[in-house]
Order: sequence, then structure tokens, then C-alpha cells
Amino acid sequence: MTQLALVIDLNVCVGCHACVTSCKQWNTSSEKAGPLFDDRPYGEDPTGTFFNRVQTYEIGCFPNTETLHFPKSCLHCEDAPCVPVCPTGASHKRAEDGIVLVDYDKCIGCKYCSWACPYGAREFDEYQKVMKKCTLCVDRIYDEKLPESERKPACVLACPTSARLFGDVHDPESQVSVAIREQGGYQLMPEWGTKPANHYLPRRKTRMHIHEDELVRTDNPLKKEDIRHGTSDDVTLDDWLM
Amino acid sequence: MHPAFSVIFLTTLIGVGQGLFLALFSAQAYGMAKLLPAQSGSFFANGSFLALLFLLGGLFAAVFHLGKPSYMFTRAWRGMTQWRTSWLSRELIAMPAMMGLTFLYAVFHWFGWEVDLFGWHVSGQLSLAVGIFGVLGAIALFVCTAMIYAAVKFLQEWSSPLTVVNYFVLGTASGFTCATVYASYQGVEPELVHFFGGWAIALTVLGLITRSFSLLRNARIKYKSTVQTAIGVRHTQVQQKAMGMMGGSYNTREYSHGKTGAFLKSVKWIFLVLVFVIPVILLALGLSADHTALLLLAFMTQYVGLLFERWFFFAQANHPQNLYYQTI
Repeated sequence: MTQLALVIDLNVCVGCHACVTSCKQWNTSSEKAGPLFDDRPYGEDPTGTFFNRVQTYEIGCFPNTETLHFPKSCLHCEDAPCVPVCPTGASHKRAEDGIVLVDYDKCIGCKYCSWACPYGAREFDEYQKVMKKCTLCVDRIYDEKLPESERKPACVLACPTSARLFGDVHDPESQVSVAIREQGGYQLMPEWGTKPANHYLPRRKTRMHIHEDELVRTDNPLKKEDIRHGTSDDVTLDDWLM
Repeated sequence: MHPAFSVIFLTTLIGVGQGLFLALFSAQAYGMAKLLPAQSGSFFANGSFLALLFLLGGLFAAVFHLGKPSYMFTRAWRGMTQWRTSWLSRELIAMPAMMGLTFLYAVFHWFGWEVDLFGWHVSGQLSLAVGIFGVLGAIALFVCTAMIYAAVKFLQEWSSPLTVVNYFVLGTASGFTCATVYASYQGVEPELVHFFGGWAIALTVLGLITRSFSLLRNARIKYKSTVQTAIGVRHTQVQQKAMGMMGGSYNTREYSHGKTGAFLKSVKWIFLVLVFVIPVILLALGLSADHTALLLLAFMTQYVGLLFERWFFFAQANHPQNLYYQTI
């Protein structure tokens, strides 16, 4: 069984919002998901429907603070709580690739699925009056008219720092699985048992561990510091050898 | 959560309708058992048409909860398909079923159709049989309506058996209060008015107890999710600096009531007085003085109070997604 998902490397994300704008651009012009409406896009208090948001958190107390840029979209949970609550079957999880989708032609806009999502991943479209959410660019990743390297979600292609990886998290040898396994990938709000397919890679500190010995002796071929121990008046083995 | 008026009116109106039906059925059953004076068929028929009006009012309010009202005719039928997993779907089945049974109950009484079904040689056995199904329908509808909320585990204020108990008790209490007014207007024997009124008082007091339990439970609730589990960072000091947009979104509108904490608190005291205290006093006064207008005032106060109660029910629920939307 395949479960497509995103792995987002928080160590690399710089919070540029390229994934947000590329997602909006692709999906608003897509026949499957769009249009994604906006109100007052260039005015005061612009608001609209997005599948993806980049948020910013500050960790710690000044001066020991760290900034975390945190992209958030639908996590395509393996045990998606938004699916069973839907009265019409519009909200569904595809058996073949695990993508959670909304059938806009069946949705009655009751918003119940959005109540059943602890992540706030679903947004109601105020113009089409149906619930919308990340489709993992389902209309792009299988499009054989595109070159194979472009059959990825728009956000993944747009990310300038390659903080977003895309692949099958059920295949243990896929790029995403290896990243999760080797770099401590984790899920959001594990306490609810929703088993999100998307994973996040934590921020990592790169620290050099240099032993004094490495600087002054081993790694210094010239022994330039010319360290000598004090000599002893006693007869030692050195006296015989040298 | 953002309290939607469509759902506030839906849940309170059908609660009155179901409660009124339960009151009428119990009056018929008691009447057939000779515990209360038996009533004419038109008493029950008109009463259940009144209950049907409340149910239809609820249905009308529910239309405005859909994305577009037109979805009621084009798409809502699909809502009955997922009854295996969705309590909302089950409600969409239980509600028309309850309306149909209420209508049948009214029709059987109106035409006075009689069959000696159980061999008791008493009139009204056929309508009683329909009524039994109606009672099951009313209970099923109460459970479905409440489970829509109680089944969402993320909303910890709702996710409790007390939600189901409260929907049942408060709906039944308002229905019996309505039945008291109806019986008093119909000028039936005082025993029946006192029967309805007595149960209305008892159920209202019971409702005060069960609702207070849920208020106490929710006052000391411990939220499972924190901002730390939301973003997966282990640090005691995590502060959101930006939510990714400036003008708000669905996430900032749907999951907050947008009022101050003091406003929320005042609504709590308003509904406690309007739903429980004043109606019990007015019912007791109206019953002892045999004063129909006082009884009507009791029902109207209780219904308005229930609107406040339902508003508070929605507004009090705190959704974990709000952890991601704490600051612009």
C-alpha cells in the first residue's frame, strides 16, 4: 500500500512562503481544485482560501531565542478523523495512494470535517461553498505530460532550500522514509492517534567537537607550538636511546 | 467554536418538538392505563402537529447551515449514505424518520383509526403502537444530534456522555413545558396540566443538575494538545509570532466566538437563570394559580434561555487548531 506524503525539514525552511504562493498559483488555476477565492487581495485585511500556510514561532526567552518557520498543510493522516464524519462521503481517503480529498460535487458545506481536524488543515471556500484542502497536487503528480522530475507537488518544486521532500512513506527505502528514519522525523499532535503521514524533521544544531589534543598535537604536523615537557634528572629510557 | 445560529435554532427547536411528542405519548399511555383522564384524538392530533411544526422549524434552520440552501435539494440526500460512520448522517436519517412518525401519530389520532392490536379492548391501541416507534425515533434523534458533538474527540468540552444526557434532558424539559402550555390552552382536566407541568419542573431541575455537572467538568478540563505537541518542539517557552496571514482566514473565523471572556461568563449566568430558575418558578406559580399566560411565559423564557445555553455550548468549546492561530 502506498502512502504519499510530504516531509518538511524545519532545519532548512527559511520561511519564504514560496510554497504558499506556488500552491495557490497552481491550485487556483487547476481544474480539479480551483479556483481558490480571495477577498480584498490587495486591500485592507486580505483573506482567502489557501491549502498551505507558513507560520513563525519563537522558541525560548530573549536572548536565548530561536526562530522556527513552520509550513502547515493537510497531513494526509493514515487514520484521518475528517473522513468518517462526512455525511455525504465527499471527504475520502484514496486507497491507492492515501491522499485525503474532498469531492466538491458531493460536499454540502456543513463544515463538520473541519471540526474533526485537530490541525486546522481544511478551509471552507466562501464562494464555492464547499470545503477545500491540500490535494498533494493530485492533478500534477500523475500527469504523464509533465517531465518525470516535475511530477511533484507545486510546493516541493518551489521550495528554494529543498526543505520539502515528497514520496511514499510506506516504502522503507524511499527518500522520505530514509529522511524520517535517519533524521528524527516526527508527527504533529501524536496524542490524538491520527497518524499523520506528513512528517517534520527537527531543527538540528551543528556543533564542532574539538579536543584540545587535536589542535596542539595530532592535527598539527609542524608541532609549531613546540610543547615540551620538563626534563627529569633521573636516568630514563630516553637517555639510552637518543 | 463559532456558534452558528442555524445550528442553535435547529437543536433547540427539534428538542422542543421531540420533548412535546414524548409528553403527548406519555399522556396517551397514562390515559389508556386509566392513570390520567383520557383525551380526545384531536387533542393528540393537534399536539403532534404542533410538535411537527417545531421539527419543521428545526429543519428550516438546518437549511442555512449548508454551504448553499440549494444543497438541501441537490445534495443533502447524499448525507444519508454514510450512516455507518457519521453521526451527522445518522441524524439526517433520524430527523425525517421522526417527522414522519410524528405526522403518522397525528394522522392516526385525527382519523381515530382503531384496531384491537393487543386485545386490551381499549381505544387508541393503533396510535399507541405508532407512538412507540415515535418514542424510539425521538430518543434516536436526541442521541444522534448530541453524538454529532460528543463524537468529536478533539473538542474536549463536548466529548463526554454528559453532552448526550444534556441534549436529552434539556430537550425533553422544554417539550414538557410546551406540553403544559398546550394542555392549559386546550382547557383539559387540571390533572393532565399538572402531570405535564410536574414533569416539566422535574426535568428542568434534573437538567440543572446534569448541565451543572458538565459546566464543572469543563471548568477543570485539561487540554491534551499544547503548542509544543502542535509544532513538535520541546521547550517551555514557545510563542507564535506569525500565523501566515494578516486578514484572518476560515481558521480564525470558524473556531472562535470572537467575544470576551466576561461576555462568555455572563451568557452562562443568563442561561442558568433563564433555562432553569425562572421557568421553574413560573411553572409552579402558573400551575398553582391555573394561569395559562404564566405557563406560556415560562415556556418562552425557557426557550430563549436554551438559545443562550446552546450559544454557550458552542462558544465554550476550544478547538486544538487554535494553537496554530494565536497571533497575527
